[in-house]
Amino acid sequence: MNQQTTTAALAATANRQPLKKRVFGEHPIGYAFVGPYFLFWLALFAFPLVFAVYIAFHDYFFAAPGAVVERPFVGFENFATVLADPVAQRAALNVVIFVVINVPLTVLLGLVLAAALNQALPLRAFFRASYFVPYVAASVALIAVWLWMFSRDGIVNQVLGPLAPNPSWLVNRFWAMPIIALFATWKQLGFYVLLYLAAMQNIPHELYEAAEIDGAGTLQRFRSVTVPGVRQTTTLVVIVAFIVGANFFTEPYLLTGGGGPNGASMSPVLLMYQKGIEQGNAGIGAAIGVMLAALVMISSAVIYRVQGRD
Amino acid sequence: MAESTQDLAETRTEVAKRSDRETTTAGSVARGRRITPGRILSLVLLLIGALVFLFPFWYMVVGAFQLKPDPTVAGAFPDPSTLTVDNFIAINERLNLLVTLRNSLIFTLGVIVSTLVLGLLAGYALAVLNFRGRGAVFGIVLLSLILPFQLLMIPLFVMIVRTYGLADTFLGMILPFAVNATAVFIFRQFFLAVPQSLFDAARVDGAGELRILLRVAVPIARPAILTAVLVTFIGPWNEFLWPFLITKQANLQPLAVALANFISTVAGSTANPVGAILAGATVLAIPVVVLFLVFQRYFQASDLGAGVKG
Repeated sequence: MNQQTTTAALAATANRQPLKKRVFGEHPIGYAFVGPYFLFWLALFAFPLVFAVYIAFHDYFFAAPGAVVERPFVGFENFATVLADPVAQRAALNVVIFVVINVPLTVLLGLVLAAALNQALPLRAFFRASYFVPYVAASVALIAVWLWMFSRDGIVNQVLGPLAPNPSWLVNRFWAMPIIALFATWKQLGFYVLLYLAAMQNIPHELYEAAEIDGAGTLQRFRSVTVPGVRQTTTLVVIVAFIVGANFFTEPYLLTGGGGPNGASMSPVLLMYQKGIEQGNAGIGAAIGVMLAALVMISSAVIYRVQGRD
Repeated sequence: MAESTQDLAETRTEVAKRSDRETTTAGSVARGRRITPGRILSLVLLLIGALVFLFPFWYMVVGAFQLKPDPTVAGAFPDPSTLTVDNFIAINERLNLLVTLRNSLIFTLGVIVSTLVLGLLAGYALAVLNFRGRGAVFGIVLLSLILPFQLLMIPLFVMIVRTYGLADTFLGMILPFAVNATAVFIFRQFFLAVPQSLFDAARVDGAGELRILLRVAVPIARPAILTAVLVTFIGPWNEFLWPFLITKQANLQPLAVALANFISTVAGSTANPVGAILAGATVLAIPVVVLFLVFQRYFQASDLGAGVKG
């Protein structure tokens, strides 16, 4: 049988397919397979998403169970309340502080450590594993150790002696946020190192050889081959680090005792919890959430545009 | 935003290709055996890095076994004869480790089971079955990857706690984690790489799709299932925010929540039981770290990135 008759035969079969298959595709049972996931997605993602916006535009508060209360539409009032709140402004500033410390450190250390790992070295598997351990361990457990290390009489201050800050790190208005940013960098870095490492292993080796022939040293090869070669990954790292930075909660809740000292390490999500759940003012909490999500989406798109294109 | 998630999915495939790359660069590996200043510098860098990454873990375990943890530098390397398990007994009296560990396990297993059932069905359909709207469903999965969980915190809390009265239940704890896009990705990716003729052969034999999924697809997908289980395990086991929001009864709290509550209760009190806290942190962190070390090769950086919520 030659090629043409096969094609013709196939086309004929396609035309003869029952209407059901032409409308729904070859395997309509696919709907039943994705159905459960889709229902869960509707109930636990799509609906809450719409509901979040609804709550944010209403005077939505928690009433006693069974009580019928009015929750009138209030337009942008919740948003205005949040924007005028000095605590929320401080939380927004803290996101900036977090990102300014976390992102450059993450990109720099991630690139350097991955480049160092991307060669035949003894103990390579050990290094990879040890960098990844903080990433897989629970924040709560790691914060417990950092609390102890950075306490007033902790090992960090013992080493620093007279250089130790007063008041100590976690209760110091200036140092509380940088410590949180450092903690997050330390905890997440191993993940970014592995992302970079995977990207570096996809850089064609000929590029390094060509650079070597042109007389480029190790540092120059790193700058002109490795760094541009993992550019896409850097975009991804910056976006993910930014999303993490906009959403930190456990650190200020636990490490600095509820956004302390005196609100200096307040985060948007911690504020969302305090306003929306502790104080029962869901409208305010949802407004913070909607603004935060919009900020994350817009910033990610901007980062992608600015950095992702060559 | 959807594009950046696409990158994440692409990175995942790149990671999968990495092992091939490692064999092709074998030539350069052999040549790299020379001892050069660059290699020594790399090793020193990596060693310092490993020390920074691992020291807090060492310090946590050491502190957990010291009756009165010593904050001086010498305290980090104690005389083995002074070590004791008293801290574990003390934290067990406060938190009831058996109960909180059981709660962590039920929460985690519930998420794993729902993830596997929903994820295998959806992943198989998205990779193997042909039906109209398949692309749209995949888009939906992508979307739930990029939106931060924190935005949904308030509406989910209202729905699950206020509307459905699922506070202090395992069901309420598990539900928001059942929509696990990462697992769908892992399975879709895996089934796409399997020759479709395998499924066609089963169809010719007259097997229905559910039967093919259970008898053909699931048995060959064992490595992907293991990866999905491991990646999924980390999320709920370490999760603090959501179970913290919805559990008030101590006998239903997972260990991460119980330990965090203990830390914030005793913080600031003069009799700060550091040893007991560190013992609790050790019990919380060690299972995941051990799992990671044992099954290291099943962990991919890009899978994990999407697997960890909040």
